[in-house]
Amino acid sequence: MKEVSKMIRTLVLLCTLCISLQGFAFSEGGDQGAVDTKDEVDAYIQHHIKDAHDFHLFSYTSDNGERKHVGFPLPVILWSSNGLVTFMSSEFHHDDAGKVVVEKGGSKFVKLHSKIYELNPGASEVRFDEHHHAENAAKVLDFSITKSVFGILLVGLLMLWGFSSLAKQYASKKVPTGFGRVLEPLVIYVRDEIAKPNIGEKKYRKFTGYLLTVFFFIWILNLLGLTPLGFNVTGQLAVTAALAIFTLVIYTFSGNKDYWMHMVWMPGVPVLIRPILAIIELAGAFLIKPFSLLVRLFANISAGHIVVMSLIAIMFTLKESLGVVGATGLSLVLSFFITLIEVLVAFLQAYIFTMLSALFIGMAVAEHDHEHEHDATGHEIPDAEDVRGDFI
Amino acid sequence: METLLNDFSPGLFVVQTILLLGLIFLLVKFAWKPILTSLNEREEGIKGALDAAEKARAEMQNLQADNDKLLKEARAEREAMLKEAREIKEKMIADSKEQAKVEGDKMLKQAQVAIESEKKAAVADIKNQVAELSVEIAEKVLKEQLSNKDQQLKLVESMLGDVKLN
Repeated sequence: MKEVSKMIRTLVLLCTLCISLQGFAFSEGGDQGAVDTKDEVDAYIQHHIKDAHDFHLFSYTSDNGERKHVGFPLPVILWSSNGLVTFMSSEFHHDDAGKVVVEKGGSKFVKLHSKIYELNPGASEVRFDEHHHAENAAKVLDFSITKSVFGILLVGLLMLWGFSSLAKQYASKKVPTGFGRVLEPLVIYVRDEIAKPNIGEKKYRKFTGYLLTVFFFIWILNLLGLTPLGFNVTGQLAVTAALAIFTLVIYTFSGNKDYWMHMVWMPGVPVLIRPILAIIELAGAFLIKPFSLLVRLFANISAGHIVVMSLIAIMFTLKESLGVVGATGLSLVLSFFITLIEVLVAFLQAYIFTMLSALFIGMAVAEHDHEHEHDATGHEIPDAEDVRGDFI
Repeated sequence: METLLNDFSPGLFVVQTILLLGLIFLLVKFAWKPILTSLNEREEGIKGALDAAEKARAEMQNLQADNDKLLKEARAEREAMLKEAREIKEKMIADSKEQAKVEGDKMLKQAQVAIESEKKAAVADIKNQVAELSVEIAEKVLKEQLSNKDQQLKLVESMLGDVKLN
């Protein structure tokens, strides 16, 4: 009981810290100045949800009215029409509206809403059409070490460090000590609760490495997104798409004969229905499943970020009607509870993504004509693979 | 949808794919494989140890049962032996009593016979001696009495008188 209350206290403290720091970042954030009005809040949230080319911690206005940004630049790597171009993101001077033109490697680049555009030859600055789209510039392939990539690298290194140190511990002792003792049950959890029941006792081993990687990758990045560092990696479509496509590739290439047979020429149904079923099954396998995976993760995490930031923004938007104390109090209480829920969602989404990946892989490798156990009266006892269909 | 597509960054997708691929590869090689192998080994070790403990317990139980059985048998045997010994003892005592009695009787009888014969012998001896003595006495008396003639005649007369009386 004592342990639990201690844990809750720590969690509450962490959440409060996150919110207050985020609030701080908010009040001092923005590209141009402090964020106060509803439009500015919207713009700020929209900006945050996107990837960024530099690692921005917070900004403040110095005594002489100058805007100062605290953070560090990240390398920009572009594949432009003139080949590979690299420079540091500080060359844009925190501009995100396409005003600062960087000329490198014979091409001119501007940054507009967190995207880098290459100006058409001859143009010297961006022209906008009536929808505020750039008219005379085109997007370039951007392999930059953006904030998301930085986060991915950070998490990757953390995972490598943490889990390889856990792996090394087994060489000298049977039961790990220290941080490994925290990691081990999580690894066992993924293996026993996600991989084994969904893929089956016989084949789970081959896919557990992928499932473990994905689970911890998503979970740690989700949690990192709740910190005031402002990562939103698992809220990037490109990231979730890559994850979903990994799952798609794995279950497509490990699918056995039964799996393909059931997909393209379903046994046990009238021949005329089979092509229709095949279309549905193929669409399900190649579009719906990965799409549901990528959208679920992306939408949940993005929504979480938007909700938390919006609730923090109550501090500013309701300042007039509720007063400073009222607005701050309301914002603090609401965002506190939402942050607690987000901690749960962070785990839940990692779990769901991994679980569904395991499920799809399990469906692809399932043996259909397997031996059944028989009970005393000779009836077949349905095993995990038989009832799996009931839950999908 | 348009904003979503606009937000989709192909570059990030490529970078993420490469990094994830690398991460999976490295983690599988340096973390998951050794971890899962060790976990499996440990679990099998635990399972084996538990099985062994269970087996040992069963064996122990068997042993205990055997011990009990042996003990019981030993006790029964001891009991039987004791009983037998007691019987033998009693029988021996009875036998010796019997024998002693028979022997005693026999000895008694012999003794009686011996006593009887001794007695007879003694009596015969006494008779002989008495007879000899009497003869000697008679001889001496006769020698004494018959040393003079009167007395000899008187004796004859008394004897003859006795005969008459008879």
